[in-house]
Amino acid sequence: MESFLQQVVSGLATGGIYAALALALVMIYHSTNHLNFAQGEMAMFSTYISWSLINAGVPYWIAFFATLVIAFAGGVVIERLIIRWVEDAPVLTVVIVFIGLLMIFNSVAGWIYSYDIKVFPSPFPDQPIQIGTLYLGPHDVGAIAVTLIVLAILFLFFRYTSLGLAMRAAAENPESSRLVGIRVGRMLGMGWGLAALIGAVAGMMVAPIVFLDPNMMAGILIYAFAGAMFGGISSPGGAVFGGFFLGVTENLAGSYIPFIGNELKLSVALVIIVVVLLVRPSGIFGKVTVSRV
Amino acid sequence: MVTSTVTPKTIKSPAARTAWLNGRYPRVAAMAVVLVVAASLPLVMSDYRLFQFTLAYIYAIALLGLNLLIGYNGQFSLGHGAFFAIGAYTTAIMIDRWDIGYGWTIIAAGAICLVVGFLFGIPALRIEGMYLALATLALALATPQFLKYHLFEGWTGGVQGIVIDKPEAPFGLPLNPDQWLYFFTLAILLLAFVLGWNLVRGRTGRALVAIRDHRIAAQSMGINTALYKSLIFGVSALYTGVAGALSAIVIQFVAPDSFTLFLSIFFVVGIVVGGLGSITGAIYGGFFIQFVPNIADAISQAAPWAIYGIFLIVFMLVMPLGIAGFLAILWHRLIMGRLASDGNEGHPTET
Repeated sequence: MESFLQQVVSGLATGGIYAALALALVMIYHSTNHLNFAQGEMAMFSTYISWSLINAGVPYWIAFFATLVIAFAGGVVIERLIIRWVEDAPVLTVVIVFIGLLMIFNSVAGWIYSYDIKVFPSPFPDQPIQIGTLYLGPHDVGAIAVTLIVLAILFLFFRYTSLGLAMRAAAENPESSRLVGIRVGRMLGMGWGLAALIGAVAGMMVAPIVFLDPNMMAGILIYAFAGAMFGGISSPGGAVFGGFFLGVTENLAGSYIPFIGNELKLSVALVIIVVVLLVRPSGIFGKVTVSRV
Repeated sequence: MVTSTVTPKTIKSPAARTAWLNGRYPRVAAMAVVLVVAASLPLVMSDYRLFQFTLAYIYAIALLGLNLLIGYNGQFSLGHGAFFAIGAYTTAIMIDRWDIGYGWTIIAAGAICLVVGFLFGIPALRIEGMYLALATLALALATPQFLKYHLFEGWTGGVQGIVIDKPEAPFGLPLNPDQWLYFFTLAILLLAFVLGWNLVRGRTGRALVAIRDHRIAAQSMGINTALYKSLIFGVSALYTGVAGALSAIVIQFVAPDSFTLFLSIFFVVGIVVGGLGSITGAIYGGFFIQFVPNIADAISQAAPWAIYGIFLIVFMLVMPLGIAGFLAILWHRLIMGRLASDGNEGHPTET
């Protein structure tokens, strides 16, 4: 029983990472109406920027916030320079542009910083937190907390400020928003800025666990994507649940189903998600889209 | 589309000329020229170049299948690398274990993929758009894991994969193996092309496009959407499986790490860059996936994928409808230009 609980807890720890990024994906979906495949690589690149700052002797938290500012500006620039030109293009054209961005970021990071794995500092203490007989990593807990705080702020921003409302409107229905006087281009630019910022937070929180290298985000992003879909892309809470569920299922399947082991645990988690999607095609908590005929 | 049956000599009015230019004959002529050029390439090219062209044709076959699914039917798949892998492994295992002739293994690979694709297409009916992308993504991710799985190692060779021999040219043809495989692949590509063309131009094609554009309207007009959607999934998997089988024969090697998620992503890149919902687009796409990475590598050794990414973005900004869409617009402008320049007396209303 104890080892079972420990497996659940360590599943929750990895699930927390997935949940954070899944939530980021959902938030970005609300403010840009796209699932951005380059999100993970943008986060990775921001993390490298903060690594450079910290290595140059800047204190951790100053570097943290400086990176957020840089990431926001970078996101706005990318939207205004590249994405705006394909706004009216078919969805798949936009997806290919995202894949192009993903490759550029990945390759440039490898070129500037090399593909060697780097250690990224954690701002949290080292001693494990002990509850009864269970051990929790302090960084896991801290990282999940920081990400959740940032996302709570974002949620309040989108829900209760007029700027947040304008941004959601611009993403969901550009034509009508323009008619009521919203500067749609500017809003979408800000949406991308915010997306980059959330990614930067997630990247800096994930890097101490998975270490810093240009490919660090690729795997995690796929899990996050699966988690977000599982919970339902229209539901932030669902995305969090999906992320945790994925982490725990993957861990339990790997340790308790004998013929699966480490080789197939990812496949098992994905199969479960696909089966659930077959029963609930819009995710567990997602809104069922109703379309007018 | 107007398909005129008049011959060039009898064309009188500019409108008729436009109709003729838009019709079947220029296309057939262009295809004939392309075929003659393709068939004479082995005379002038090195074996390695030929090998690269053969691979481009193989990708074109796979892209043709994927385009039937995504471009014509609107079902998004990020998992066609899995069918490519199934085709490749079917061929490799049949040749390696049972010593079966490679021609038969291609047919078997196609048949297996048709069935697997059809079966996968049935549950896929329930889910759409990004959710379908996720389900197929899971397929692509799970493929290398299953191929490496220790219980299947007796068949798949595990991480090491399977090495097979390159076939010699049959009937005593004076061709070396590379040249023979080039012609062999070209012939299959041609067959795939003609079949695909017929499929989309007929009743089936119209049904597929109707489902893509408005599923409910198509259904209420009496189209069996469930049957067509799962059937096209199977056909698309068949094309991709045949391409996978050919790739195993040409490369002489299969291993799990050749069939990662990136393969599936490159397929999607290929059809979008080539042109969604266009049969010829598959060929441009095949050449794009085969050669652009090499070009990017030649430009910058340090960050080749950055160059590749820039290529992708520039392509999409300049030609949002892909190469085929771009060429169609260009051709249309050309015809319209001719019509405007020599059509003045034919259209007195324009004065």
